[in-house]
Formats: sequence, structure tokens, C-alpha cells
Amino acid sequence: MKKEIIQFTDFTFKYRTQKRPTLKNINLTIYEGEKVLIVGPSGSGKSTLVHCINGLIPNSYEGEIEGSVLIGDKNPAKAGIFGISQVVGTVMQDTDSQFIGLTVGEDIAFAMENDCVPQDNMKDTVKKCASLVGVDSLLEHAPSALSGGQKQRVAIAGIMTNDADILLFDEPLANLDPATGKYAIELIDEIHHTTNKTIVIIEHRLEDVLHRPVDRIVVIGDGTILADTTPDELLSLSTLKENGIREPLYIAAIKYAGAIIKPNDHPSDIHSINLQYNKDKVKSWYQSIEKTEPAMDTEELLSIQNLTFSYEEEEPVLSDISFSIQKGEMISIVGRNGAGKTTLSKLICGFIRPKAGTITYKGVDMAGESIAQRAEKIGLVMQNPNQMISKPMIFDEVALGLRTRGYEESAVKEKVEHALTVCGLYPFRNWPISALSFGQKKRVTIASILVLEPEILILDEPTAGQDFKHYTEIMKFLEGLNKELGITIIMITHDMHLMLEYTNHTIVISAGTLLANDRPAKILTTPKIVEEANLKVTSLYYLAEACQITDTTGFAESFIQYDRKVNQ
Amino acid sequence: MGRLLTYSDKNTWIHRLCGVTKMVFFILWSIVGMITYDTRILLFMFVSSLLLFAMSKTEYHQVATVLKVILFFLLINVVAIFFFSPYQGTKIYGTRSDLLHLAGYYTFTKEQLFYELNIILKYFTVIPVALMFIVTTNPSEFAASLSKLGVKYSIGYSIAIALRYIPDIQKNFQEIKTAQEARGIDMSKNVKLIPRIKNIIAIIFPLIFSSLERIDTISNAMELRGFGKHKKRTWYSERAFQLSDYITIAFILLFSILAMVITFYDGSRFYNPFIILSFIL
Repeated sequence: MKKEIIQFTDFTFKYRTQKRPTLKNINLTIYEGEKVLIVGPSGSGKSTLVHCINGLIPNSYEGEIEGSVLIGDKNPAKAGIFGISQVVGTVMQDTDSQFIGLTVGEDIAFAMENDCVPQDNMKDTVKKCASLVGVDSLLEHAPSALSGGQKQRVAIAGIMTNDADILLFDEPLANLDPATGKYAIELIDEIHHTTNKTIVIIEHRLEDVLHRPVDRIVVIGDGTILADTTPDELLSLSTLKENGIREPLYIAAIKYAGAIIKPNDHPSDIHSINLQYNKDKVKSWYQSIEKTEPAMDTEELLSIQNLTFSYEEEEPVLSDISFSIQKGEMISIVGRNGAGKTTLSKLICGFIRPKAGTITYKGVDMAGESIAQRAEKIGLVMQNPNQMISKPMIFDEVALGLRTRGYEESAVKEKVEHALTVCGLYPFRNWPISALSFGQKKRVTIASILVLEPEILILDEPTAGQDFKHYTEIMKFLEGLNKELGITIIMITHDMHLMLEYTNHTIVISAGTLLANDRPAKILTTPKIVEEANLKVTSLYYLAEACQITDTTGFAESFIQYDRKVNQ
Repeated sequence: MGRLLTYSDKNTWIHRLCGVTKMVFFILWSIVGMITYDTRILLFMFVSSLLLFAMSKTEYHQVATVLKVILFFLLINVVAIFFFSPYQGTKIYGTRSDLLHLAGYYTFTKEQLFYELNIILKYFTVIPVALMFIVTTNPSEFAASLSKLGVKYSIGYSIAIALRYIPDIQKNFQEIKTAQEARGIDMSKNVKLIPRIKNIIAIIFPLIFSSLERIDTISNAMELRGFGKHKKRTWYSERAFQLSDYITIAFILLFSILAMVITFYDGSRFYNPFIILSFIL
């Protein structure tokens, strides 16, 4: 009989600052050595549950608790954060900002330092844990100089040092490119097999986590547990879709085809799913979809010719990049971390100057134009809205760009109100920005750029860290700007759903060169490009293959087209 | 993007010294530099601090900005001394040899010139050592050193973590600046000083907010990994005292005593070339 290691019984939690409980009547048991995935939309109580497991609740975040929770054999309220940290090691969502040490070695040792472990033992343990996750050659490096995947490995090594029985991963995929995310999931699986620790993963990107098997999936919605079952069972049900969690694309496709998925068909793995009975249904569904080619405008807006850039004497960051953008397109720029995507956007906006090559806007070379002049044609929206917002009130924030340009106050008012209306923020115009949610803040930053009436909008990771519902909200909004105002939208992204679903043109940058410039579905069904650019082949490709559909690109495109019609 | 005034890991004997050694050296060196007006000692200190600076392989660009700020204040200081007390030198050295009559009350004297040269020298004995102390001391190792001296580790750690985040804040500042420039808020030299300062202030607000966000995450991360659990903690990057540390400390103690003896030998902090000159003549 397996031993319980996490046990919530009739557990209810209400934050002190809130009126209603965030978690309601939770009954959840996790056994020793299990690997459990917890999914749920933002605001479902997922993060609160994480805090209940690692002891931040009730020790750092105060509130009222009813019912009981046991972590290991301990009650978090009595054991305190430190007591619980002996049992639970947490890898936080943003690995970047959880590094404390100056070097990798020091960061891994942090928990041991606090435990008064003598220096010699500490150095041995650091070496052991670092080699376990393959970062033993990086001990002297600064954490900030590592790649996203390496950072995560360091964070994992750091929680392995005190041999906690439970490893808790809070959205481990949030900041990783698709291929690195895949390796992270493989690494977690490896640790699970070699150490037999209990693993709890919180993540809304279900399909990516299922790259390696999990024992159970717990679905949380609105503070309650909606499902607690095996992946095969869950994928056969409609719980996910009903609660705003994205099903794996191949599952969605099979369901659209009108086929029934049974748990014993093993639907949780695209490579071993039994399609015997459903193959023909998928095939005929695909054939029944009428393909509509989107009508494309062919007025060239931005043209980039032989663009090369390098910092000082170093190796070029970008070399000989050429492509052009048509008016009204929605474009995605993808590639692994550090490939040169951000550099490209900085060159377009004029923050940095190219070593060679030209950027022309409507046929005119922009080389002589200042940043401010370019900003009226091309607006840049950064990933984190907190990095852009510099005024306490919404109206003033949006008005900032106009006021620095010396517009009359009456003209400012008219333009700002128009931009706020477009962004659905007009009712909030006199609110302080601090009262807004993350997604609303994002809209404020977009409004503050739109007010300058650019024809091109460049967005850096517009949906990072957003769940499916908010993701859809932001993307529908951007799509509206694109269709109704004719604004050309360029998005730098790691999100392959976004690229597939919302863009009609993808530029792949790899190691500073242009690797591909094509339709997104074509790129994601070409394994060679996918591998080189650290992307991931879409599961639709494997489904098409398994159903003997030869035009895998066509299948992916038909799916997206159908999916969008259904969801409209 | 130059990283200003942050620890850079180079392997010189100065880098290999303990943080405590360097701190003791820095404190005593500064005290001596502040007390003495003995030009011979100041000259010796000036030359040796330049030598030490060169030995530490600190590059000019690492400290350039800070150096410029300090020099600016030095200039203000020197001008202000002359403006408020043009005969301080005469008062100290007891003689008066005019060099140049400026206007009204103000005459430039040899004594004043010598006195102010001493002040400039004082600055230059301390500046290289202070800058070097910051760029050659590993913040974590320094925190470890402090706690060895009996300072509460939470204080030492706060200092270390503040030093450790300087580069991150600089990076964040650059990113925010870029975002604001995209909206047409120009911070380049093309803009006049006053609006430029105003524009730079527009960055401070988002910088504070994103830093606050960051603090919240980091304090959770530290707590989850047991920071503050015990009264004491051990240190991964702690360094044991070595022979070179003992030698350095012995040297600075000896030097301080000697410097004080020489300085106060004739009963005054000031080395007076004017009396000696008049004695000879």
C-alpha cells in the first residue's frame, strides 16, 4: 500500500485581503513516488494550491484555513516554511529572478548555507547535484549568463541538495522555447525515475507536459477540483474544453472528426495512440474541409535587405537577413533564445544601427530617421507591461507620447480617447493603472503605442505567461486591430499555437541567419527546420502521418481553419 | 553596455585576498588619508594606490562614470574652499606669499595653492583604493567576511545582494529606456538638459515597479530555501585567511602607525614647506 505524502481534507482557504475563499473544500491525496500534473486556468486557485504545498500559505500569505492539510507528516502552519522546505523543494516559475547566488555553485549551495552545512560537505554535495542535472561544468558561471534551459537545471540542482521528498514545479515551461521545454520535461521525468521522488507539476500547457507520461492529472477550476484522474481517462472526457483549458491539438482534431476516444486507446501519447477505429473518420473529416486561401494584399510595407549587425568587434549577431512584409500581414518571428529576434526588432525600430544592409519603409530607406520618427510608423510593445508604464493614471500614460510631441491638449484628449475605445479601456480612462489586471495593463501599453498611429506594431511575446482564456482575449484583440484598422502586426514568440493559429507568415531566425520564411503550418511540419530552430513539430503532423494523410501541412492548416470557425 | 562598478572575477593577488582584509585595509587607509596633511605621506600613498590599482588589473571603463562624478565634486570642493576661505592656507602655514591678486578680497597665495593641492592629493589617495575595493571584492565572500567579524549575516547578505543586483538593474534600466524611446521620449544628447532630465525621470517609475516585483519573488525564493532559519549560516564562497592576508593586515597596521607618528611628530597635522624654506633662506 502506498503512503500518502500530500493530503488535503475538506480544505478551504481565504486570503485575508479577499472576501471569498480562493480554494473551496479541496480533497486531494498524492502518494509517495507519484508524478502528478495540476492544470487550471489563471485565477482557478492553482498558484494558491502551490503556496499551500510549499508552506508560503499560511506562513507568508495570511488567511483563514478550514479543514486540514498534511505535507509529509507536517502541518504547514506548525512546521513553518523552513519545516516544509525540508520536505518540499520548489522550482519557481521565473527561474531568472529566483537566483540568489553570484555563481551557479553558490546558488545551488544556498539552502545548505542556511542549514549551516560545513563548507567541505557543501562543495561535495553541490558537485554531486550539479552533475545529476548536467551543469557541473558551469559552477563558476554567473546564473544570468546561462541559457533558459541551463537556468532551469541550476534551479533543479538547488532543490535537490536537501533531499526533499517532494519536488514542486510551478509552470516550468513558461519561459522556455519549445524544444528547451521538451528537454525540461524529459529531465523531470529522468529525475523521477532515478530518485523516485514525488513530483508535482503545475502547468497549463498540457500537451507539452504530456511529452512524458504522468500518473495523474488534477484539474482545478474556480477553487474546486473538477477532475482527478489518469491522463487517458481525462482526454476521453470533455472536462478540459469546458473549463477553458486547451486540449492537445491531435485530441481536438480527433474529436472534431466526430470520433470517440476511449481511455484504453491510450490517447495521452500521440506516438502510441490506437487510431484503428478513428483513422478513417479523421481522414474523411479532413477531406470534407473546404480550403479557403486567404486573400493577400500585396502592397509592400517593410523591406529588409542584407541586414547585418554586430556589437563592436564581436561575431555578427545577425548576418545577411533579407525579407519583406506586406501591408496587413500578421507575422511571427520565431527561433531559439538568443537567436537574434530581439536584435532584429531593435534594428527595425532604430535603437541600434546595422553594420550593413537597408531597411526600407514604403520604398524609402529609413537609415536617416531618428527613433522618434520611426516610432510614428513602427510601434514596439515590450513583453512586461511594468517596463513601459511610467504614469500612475491610465489617461496620462496613453497621452505621454503625444504630449512629448507637443500636441494641443484638445487633440491629445481626442486621440487618447479614441485609442482607449479601440482597446476597450474607455470606461477605465480615469482609473489608476495599479487597479488593472496584467492583461489590461498590456492593453494600456498597446494603447499608448497605438495613439501615435503607427502602421506596424511589433510585440515581444504578447501572450507569455497567459492562460488559454487570456491568451485568446489578447490575440482576438490584436486580430481586431489587424482586420479593422489594417495595422500590420509582427510578433516575436515562442508559442507555437500562436504562430500556427494567428499568423499567416513566419520568419525563422537561427544563429543570426534567416532559416525560413514561409507559412507557419509549413514550417511546423518540416522536421528539419523545426529541429534547427529549437521549435517542436506539431502533434497534428504525427496525427496526419498516423492517418496516412500525405499533405501534413494541408492537414494542419485545415485543422486551424476549422478550429477557428468552431470557436468564433 | 558597460557594467559599472560591479565585481569582476580576475585572478590577481588582490582578488584572492579576503574581503575582511581588503575592508580593514580600505578603512585604515582612508582614515590615514583623511587625518594627515603630510605631503610626503600623501605622495607615497598616492603613488602606491596607483600601483595597487594597476596590479588589480582594473580597467578604466569599469570605473569611468563614477570617477567622473567624483572628479566633478572634487572640482566643486576645491573652488568652494577658495571662495569661502581664500586665506586658509596662509592661516595654516603662518606665512603669506601672494601669487596673483584676483579681485577685492581675493588673492591667490602660494600657501593656498599648496593647501588645496594637498586636498586634491587626499582625494586621489582614497579614490583608487575605494573603487578597487568594490570591483575586486566578491559580494558573497564579503558578506561571509563581515559575518566572521560578528556582523549579523542578514545585514551582510543585504549588502551582498544589493551589489549583486546592480548589473540586473542596469540591464532593466536599458530595457525601459529603449521602450520609452520607442514612444518618442528622447534621452539622447540631442535634447536639452532640462527636458532630458525630465525624460529620464519617466524611466524611474517603471524601474521602481519592476524592481518591487522582483523583490517579492526573490524574498519568496530565499525563504523557500531556508534563509533566516538559524542564527548562523555557513558560506559556500568563504575564504580562509592566508599568509597574504596576514601580511597585508600587518603592513597596513604598521603603515598607519608610522604615518601617524610622522604626521604628528612636529605637533601639527600639516607638513609645512614654507617654514623650512624660510628657515633655510
